[in-house]
Amino acid sequence: MFKKIGFRLIFVVGLTALIIIGVYSYFNIRSQTNMLLAEVERHANQLSEAVKNGTRYDMLYNQRDRIHQIISTMGQGANIKDIRILNKEGEVIYSPHTEDIGKMLDKNAESCYACHAANKPLESISIKERTRIYRIHPDSARIIGIINPIYNEESCWKADCHAHPKNAKILGVLDVTMSLEEVDKEIVKSEIQEMLFALISILSIGIIISIFVKRWVDKPVQELVKGTNKVAIGELNYTIKQTGNDELGVLAKSFNNMTKKLNEMRLQLFQSEKLASIGQLAAGVAHEINNPLTGVLTYSSFLLKRTKDNPEFQEDLNVIVRETKRSREIVKSLLDFSRQSTPKKNPADLNEIVNKAESVVLNQLRINNCELVKDLSPSIPNITVDANQIQQVFINFLVNAVDAIGPKGGKITIKTSEIELSPRGITQIKSAVCPNGHNLIDENHRIDGLPSIKLKAKYGENIGFIHIDPIYGKNNNHYGIPLQKNKTIYLSCPECDVTLIDKTAKCEKCGSEIYQINIPGQGTLLGCTKMNCNWQKWDYIDKGGKKRFIEISISDTGCGIAPENVNKIFDPFFSTKGQKGTGLGLSVNWGIIDNHNGSIAVISKLGEGTMFKVRLPIDENINRV
Amino acid sequence: MNKSIKDILVIDDEQVILDSVVKIGGSEGFMVDSADNGQAALEKLEGNDYRLIVSDIMMPVMDGFALLDELSSRNISTPVIMTTGYSTFDNAVNSLYRGAIDFIPKPFSIEELVSAINRGIKYSGIIKQEGMGGSSELLPYVPCPSKYFRIGYSCWVYSSGKNSAVIGITDLFNKTIDTITGIELVQPGDQINQANYAIKIETGSDLLHQVYSPISGKVVAVNDKLLEDFSILEKDPYFEGWIYQVEPADFDNEIKNLIPCCSDRV
Repeated sequence: MFKKIGFRLIFVVGLTALIIIGVYSYFNIRSQTNMLLAEVERHANQLSEAVKNGTRYDMLYNQRDRIHQIISTMGQGANIKDIRILNKEGEVIYSPHTEDIGKMLDKNAESCYACHAANKPLESISIKERTRIYRIHPDSARIIGIINPIYNEESCWKADCHAHPKNAKILGVLDVTMSLEEVDKEIVKSEIQEMLFALISILSIGIIISIFVKRWVDKPVQELVKGTNKVAIGELNYTIKQTGNDELGVLAKSFNNMTKKLNEMRLQLFQSEKLASIGQLAAGVAHEINNPLTGVLTYSSFLLKRTKDNPEFQEDLNVIVRETKRSREIVKSLLDFSRQSTPKKNPADLNEIVNKAESVVLNQLRINNCELVKDLSPSIPNITVDANQIQQVFINFLVNAVDAIGPKGGKITIKTSEIELSPRGITQIKSAVCPNGHNLIDENHRIDGLPSIKLKAKYGENIGFIHIDPIYGKNNNHYGIPLQKNKTIYLSCPECDVTLIDKTAKCEKCGSEIYQINIPGQGTLLGCTKMNCNWQKWDYIDKGGKKRFIEISISDTGCGIAPENVNKIFDPFFSTKGQKGTGLGLSVNWGIIDNHNGSIAVISKLGEGTMFKVRLPIDENINRV
Repeated sequence: MNKSIKDILVIDDEQVILDSVVKIGGSEGFMVDSADNGQAALEKLEGNDYRLIVSDIMMPVMDGFALLDELSSRNISTPVIMTTGYSTFDNAVNSLYRGAIDFIPKPFSIEELVSAINRGIKYSGIIKQEGMGGSSELLPYVPCPSKYFRIGYSCWVYSSGKNSAVIGITDLFNKTIDTITGIELVQPGDQINQANYAIKIETGSDLLHQVYSPISGKVVAVNDKLLEDFSILEKDPYFEGWIYQVEPADFDNEIKNLIPCCSDRV
């Protein structure tokens, strides 16, 4: 249980509260006790003075009975334990308890010690010294005693009784003792109150902290643990829903980001593995199936030759030959698909390729009452492509469109245009060196499959490496040091430690220091050293303007693609055409466009139609620096 | 040692292929022998002479490429036609570069096989004639000029400038086919690829001869004169009888897959 961070936190805060409140209560109780005692002391002193003044007159006239009476009456007061008058020798002369009268007290005894400490009577002592607190035996209540000396004065030695000589300074003492039982009860009561207060405070602090710890720490941590467990068992599309803005929230967000990236990478890997294994399978199938097909084809065409005069046989045999040749074409396309050959590229006019593809499927278009609308931009430049492969791509798209439209007829629109996209997020940094000429490209650490730029990073005590995303402006950097917001880092060459910081300029976004990396032959790349500032500037590329692409969109008014199938359409052998299709068309298209560094996007609405958008880079050399 | 002379030796690990080649060859009047791998074929070659070998590539014990190498090391000049169910670019280029005279992908139709066999038997005859004639005699065919390159024995290419090449058919190939009745070509602007069929030639007796392109590129022009008069091919196969003018895609690399014609004149 103590291993839990929440409990540790509650324990530490509770302990701190306990110490603070404990110390506070201790001093509070002490001062309260002192105040109460001082009050009692004052009260006892007043009482003592009152007795002294009340009996003064009777003393002078030596009216002992009256003094007795006063003392006995006052001695019955609440909390008053004893009122005694002692003479100089220590003999009890008056007391409410008649049995005590005449008793001699030892001068070293409790009540006398204050004045007679030096065995010599003192004449004047302070009230503090005249007060004493004691117990008769350990179980009884505390008692406060106060001694009030009775001084000799003129009227005393001039009185008729002549009981006191003139030279005596002190004639006796008035000793008033009072029980502290009530006061002690009061003190205990306030002690209990203090302790109760301390307990309640500590408890409520604990409860409040535990509630917030549960809410701010426990719950998000549990969510994270749950998430990591889900990821561990392979559930990579799990996302943590509630993410706050605190550090754990940031962690949860980066966790979500991580699983998203992992998921994408797994899908990519899965796709390429699938393609590779399909390729192997296809090659194997092609080899195995081509031998029996040879038998079928040669024997059937042999029979065809031998039965020239039998038209009935001829007809059937022709079907066999035709279908075998069709099988041959399917196997051939399988082999073409599995062959990951590099395309044979030449400068070509895409509009011309579109026209050629149209002429191939013209018959099919007519049969299915499909109208083909061409919106070809005459100004698009020639680009280097494998014309045959690209034509195949268009044919595949057109055939699919015709199939999607069906026999009732519809419209297919094919459009070519030139578009421009920002170089940021597309351009790859392929070489980078430090001022001393050391290569900074790390082939072993790849970001999204591309070699990254490795830099030595330092801030505070933290030293490590940072891998900068090689795609300009994408900033999917990998940090080998603890990530801290708003922290600027010192960057240097991992090999010679020469600084990469450019003191002459500041980040245009946040004003922090910037780093500078030489891109051989292509200027310098500048970037912000602040961890969460994603500013990058590469003048050489920015000056080149936007990246140009040719976009070819093929849209139809066909049946559309069901949303659950959209992700599968580029998978080999995925087909909704049943017997009619091989399921290879779109996956072949994907492979071809990918080989040309292009991309395919699909927008489809069930029942309304589908649009495929193919983008091909116009100038390869600028695209892949 | 007297070896019996047979027409064709077919080598394949699939019985149905052997059977069909034997049957088709037989129907064309050829005597066909068979072996189920390269090793067995070599044993057969010890006791017999063949005019033509038709061999599969992927076989147990000894595959088609090993057989080609073994034949050249034993100085057996019998021409070989390669065939495979795994008809990749590499297999085609490799076969032709290592000395096979032809490459037919499976499954082949009866016409494709018969055409190839007929060419092979004729080729065999011409080569034999050449061997008997001796070096001082005139060759029975005009070899391609020394600056030319060829794929197999059928098609030549000559780089006529930085971005231009000319493609044509060798005289030897022309000699292995009957009188041409038609030539089918791709259109200018089309793309042709190395080791892919680029030229279809029809001759009498229903034969169809397909010729592999030696290089990849965009066809700039076709020889219209030749299409009007096929006899130009016979009269001047290397200059006037050109077929395609091409803008090569990757001439310097693709040339490595071709046989330089100067190697024929040692």
